[in-house]
Amino acid sequence: MTDSWLQPRRLLLAALGALTVFFLMAPTIVVVPMSFTASNALTFPPEGFSTRWYEKMLTDPQWSTGFVNSAQVAVLTAMLATTLGTLAALGTVRGRFPGRGAINALILSPLIVPVIIIAIGMFSVFVSWRVAGSVVGLVLAHTSLAVPFVVVNVATSLRTMDRNLELAAQGLGAGPVRTFRRITLPLILPGVLAGGLFAFITSWDEVVVSIFLTSARFRTLPVEMWEQVRQVVDPTVAAVSTTLLAVTTTVLLLAFVVRRQAPVP
Amino acid sequence: MFGASLGAAADWPDRPGAPDRPDRPDRPALVLRGLAKSYGNVAAVDGVNLEVRQGEFITLLGPSGSGKTTTLRMIAGFLRQSAGTIEIDGVDMSHVPPYRRDVGMIFQNYALFPHMTAAQNIAFPLEMRQAARSEINAQVAEALALVKLDGLGDRYPRQLSGGQQQRIAFARAVVFNPRLLLMDEPLGALDKKLREALQLEVMHISRQLGATVIYVTHDQEEALVMSDRIAIFNKGQIEQLGRGDDLYDHPASLFVADFIGESNILRGRFERDGGGAESGSGSGGDSGSSSDSGSSSTAWISRDGWRWRVGAAQAERAGLVNGMPAALIVRPERLRIVGAAGAGIAMDPEVNAVEAVVRDALYLGSMRRYELALANGEVVKVRNQVGGGEAVWQPGDPVRLVWSAEDAVLVPDPGD
Repeated sequence: MTDSWLQPRRLLLAALGALTVFFLMAPTIVVVPMSFTASNALTFPPEGFSTRWYEKMLTDPQWSTGFVNSAQVAVLTAMLATTLGTLAALGTVRGRFPGRGAINALILSPLIVPVIIIAIGMFSVFVSWRVAGSVVGLVLAHTSLAVPFVVVNVATSLRTMDRNLELAAQGLGAGPVRTFRRITLPLILPGVLAGGLFAFITSWDEVVVSIFLTSARFRTLPVEMWEQVRQVVDPTVAAVSTTLLAVTTTVLLLAFVVRRQAPVP
Repeated sequence: MFGASLGAAADWPDRPGAPDRPDRPDRPALVLRGLAKSYGNVAAVDGVNLEVRQGEFITLLGPSGSGKTTTLRMIAGFLRQSAGTIEIDGVDMSHVPPYRRDVGMIFQNYALFPHMTAAQNIAFPLEMRQAARSEINAQVAEALALVKLDGLGDRYPRQLSGGQQQRIAFARAVVFNPRLLLMDEPLGALDKKLREALQLEVMHISRQLGATVIYVTHDQEEALVMSDRIAIFNKGQIEQLGRGDDLYDHPASLFVADFIGESNILRGRFERDGGGAESGSGSGGDSGSSSDSGSSSTAWISRDGWRWRVGAAQAERAGLVNGMPAALIVRPERLRIVGAAGAGIAMDPEVNAVEAVVRDALYLGSMRRYELALANGEVVKVRNQVGGGEAVWQPGDPVRLVWSAEDAVLVPDPGD
């Protein structure tokens, strides 16, 4: 085994792989050391070590409000998208009605349609509905972007679940609602939770739609970063980026762990 | 082993299904009328009529795709019928959802809820019926005792063996005293030895509970062992309904004869003496073993110069008229090898004969099994009990096979 790794072709493959990983990861990772710089400029490699930019992030009300706003929108989006997405997955996987495929495609379409188009469309509609620039508007917009992730996760769980379990429950006297609560939901819960975490992340780092639907009084963290970077580049942005990255990575790892809780032994 | 299970079953709480209950009249447990299910142009079930008595054990037997499982799923309410009605215990259930039919179902893959313990699985139907906690606990304990798994209630399904899982599934399906117990190949996933033990156990416990059972299998031996009556399914219809011995001894069609047990099928043309002279269809040559003794009710099957006598009453029952294609069915144990071909053997007119060549001779301990080839290449099987002093034949021996007219069954031959 060991000497097979020394074959030139294997070495080439390993090098190519390492290079690809570096190319993908470097732009993301590079902000982490930059956020601990002691200097006032955003430079790489960083000069010295300090946590002053993190202090600034936490004390500057603009950043902390953005943080709270983002968390609020992401949590609400995750809850709404998980509920709607689970119901949609149930309908499209278990239901038997004409147009099922078309409805499924429609639900998943935000994955394919360019985000800028969705943003412009929502902006014009939400302005006339007077929900642009509010939490409600942003949650609704993010939910439509996040629902596909929930549907895909829950549908996978439903398809791998033994349909006979639901039939057995019905035969034993459980109506559709009790069958769902006692049998289906506990068994697809890993998929539902994973979908919810993906929905959280979708909202958490969404910037395009958010730029259109936020206002000066209500901004999420990524939008705040966008605005700041256009004016002054100060290492606080790197600290905020690192924080965003940490939250996203943690949630993704959590989703990965949850997803591996196989529903059926 | 079964003594224990009978003992446990004896103190089962009083069941609406028990035959001795005065409030349970003689009405049938299940009536299917013209039940049909089609998918597009394909008829999976095509007009099934069936009446099941209280406490009866009925098996739906047939090859895969014959409609038996579809029928069972319609009875359970998992599938909606395209036509026909389902009456359970005198109540029309045709349009009642499964959770209000009060029917226990056992699946081949057990369908135990993996996130619940064995005891929680068994408690589930009782909880759905809003039983009191104390009553649930008592009934779950009793059900576990019934299937001899006391003490395993806290295990999760994945911690139980296949046989144990099936026992839990059985306990879960009977614990709420359903009007019907439906089983869809419940033992199909188990190995042969365990399957045979469980066959007897399922049968004994069901009888002891007085449960009405509709059992689906494609295993004819299982059907013969367990059932009061068997419904043979073919192409979405019940081809024949009857007791096991009835189906074996009096199959109504080639399909049934072929499906239940081993059969030798001799195809030919039906002839009846009297008006039969002009029948002369096909190969009607001079007869081999006939001595036309004038009786006007004598009936025959003829082929290749042989003429085999059949009972006139049988012909009547099979609805045959002169010249129709028909087949004789002779079970391997009813055929006898009497001697070398062409030997001058005194023939009783009631005895039929045909000549063949031994192809294989197999010794199976308690019996000998021969495979023989007829003149037209057809293979015929013969089973002889190994007793004492019977002749033993070798491959290549030309022999004469005989059987008496009443040992063969006559059926119409629909052709292939």
